[in-house]
Amino acid sequence: MQQNSSSEPIVSLRNVQKSFGPLRVLDGVSFAVERGEVLALIGRSGSGKSTALRCIDRFEKVDGGEIVVCGHRVDRPDVDLRALRQDVGIVFQSYNLFPHLTIEQNITLAPCAVKGMATAQARDLARKVLAQVGLEEKLHAYPEQLSGGQQQRAAIARSLAMQPKVMLFDEVTSALDPELTAEVLKVIEQLAADGMTMVMVTHEMGFAKGIADRIVFMHRGKVHETGPASILTSPTTPELTQFVGTGNLKS
Amino acid sequence: MGGHLNINHLMFLGQGALWTIGLSVIALIGGGIVGFIIALARISPLKSVRLASATYVQLVQGTPLLVILFLGYFGLAAIGLKVSPLTAASASLTLYVAAYLGEIWRGCIQSVPKPQWEAAEGLALSRTQRMIKVILPQAIRIATPPTVGFMVQIIKNTSLASVVGFVELMRSGQIVNNSLFEPFAIYAIIAVTYFAMCYPLSLFSQRLERRMGRGRSNLAPA
Repeated sequence: MQQNSSSEPIVSLRNVQKSFGPLRVLDGVSFAVERGEVLALIGRSGSGKSTALRCIDRFEKVDGGEIVVCGHRVDRPDVDLRALRQDVGIVFQSYNLFPHLTIEQNITLAPCAVKGMATAQARDLARKVLAQVGLEEKLHAYPEQLSGGQQQRAAIARSLAMQPKVMLFDEVTSALDPELTAEVLKVIEQLAADGMTMVMVTHEMGFAKGIADRIVFMHRGKVHETGPASILTSPTTPELTQFVGTGNLKS
Repeated sequence: MGGHLNINHLMFLGQGALWTIGLSVIALIGGGIVGFIIALARISPLKSVRLASATYVQLVQGTPLLVILFLGYFGLAAIGLKVSPLTAASASLTLYVAAYLGEIWRGCIQSVPKPQWEAAEGLALSRTQRMIKVILPQAIRIATPPTVGFMVQIIKNTSLASVVGFVELMRSGQIVNNSLFEPFAIYAIIAVTYFAMCYPLSLFSQRLERRMGRGRSNLAPA
């Protein structure tokens, strides 16, 4: 698996193991994400997809295997977490905007505190990233004044302001109704079109089909089937067939 | 002395009341500073620090304030340190208040939803930055009502400082009574004075709690 540096994947997991107590959540998971690629992690609840995603940003420590993200050896105990997290943006299901700060302050906080950016410059940046998600007018609003979809878009903007090399999306539309889901997915689609490298855990099969360059279907802690988006329409394993079947019923 | 309650007695009681307030303020400030350190130590990533601070809290919470006051006054004297009643009372109350405030505030810090920590972590903020810019501002809002409520306890507990000879409201009442022998009247005045100091704080605390209840949605991870 030796590769030259120009085609080195942005994210690569090799034989990753992770247990919560006696429960083996990741059992030898391997996949890689190339620059500019959009990878969708799908699977049932409890299949390990969210854990795999959280391992990439070191929110979970792995028990074994190797994870390399933008050159950081995430599996090693001495990994520079702050450097890693400047390269990786993560967006959560529950938005997690800071309720005591305005949207602008939410966005400028990290660039100022972490990168030492000047306030004026950070404010310009906030306007720019908010425009990207279509929320310029919410600059001075507080999170509670926004709808769920708007909060999630603001959270995406907050992540973008750190100019990450890869974005992780952890079921970012699961808490939203269909209409709000659509506005968030539109933003993510635009990011993909702009060439952002992304890993997303999603239950939106139609969306995964439309946007993902590659699908990783996880089942019982293992990568059960992987391939281009077309595997969703013509799955080769009975598990994925069944999963896609139930997924279609939902949407 | 002897005789009837007069303006001089009332002045003396008033002075005692001022010292009660003074001692309360000292205990609150001292206990607040030490308590804040205790709260941070209780959630430290270092196990030894967590253990040491937890032991401190348990020791103080398991000891009557009266005993702590005696230890502070007579204990320090026994090892050769001559301390004034004010110093002994201030130090004892500071240690006492620190244990309780530390525990109250630890709870408040930990009640900020965990995803808030993760979001801050995901943005590459350092532990100190996460604490100062994200967690504490939210924790302070949660902590205000119980902290104001606890201040009522502090004011009432300063009365125990009378046992080490510190002349606050309670002790000044005892002194006046020793000359007048009108315990019911004098202790009634003292009770009313304590009530007048504590009741506004209680009211304030209740009002804060109601306001927090309304704004609770602000603190949920949405």
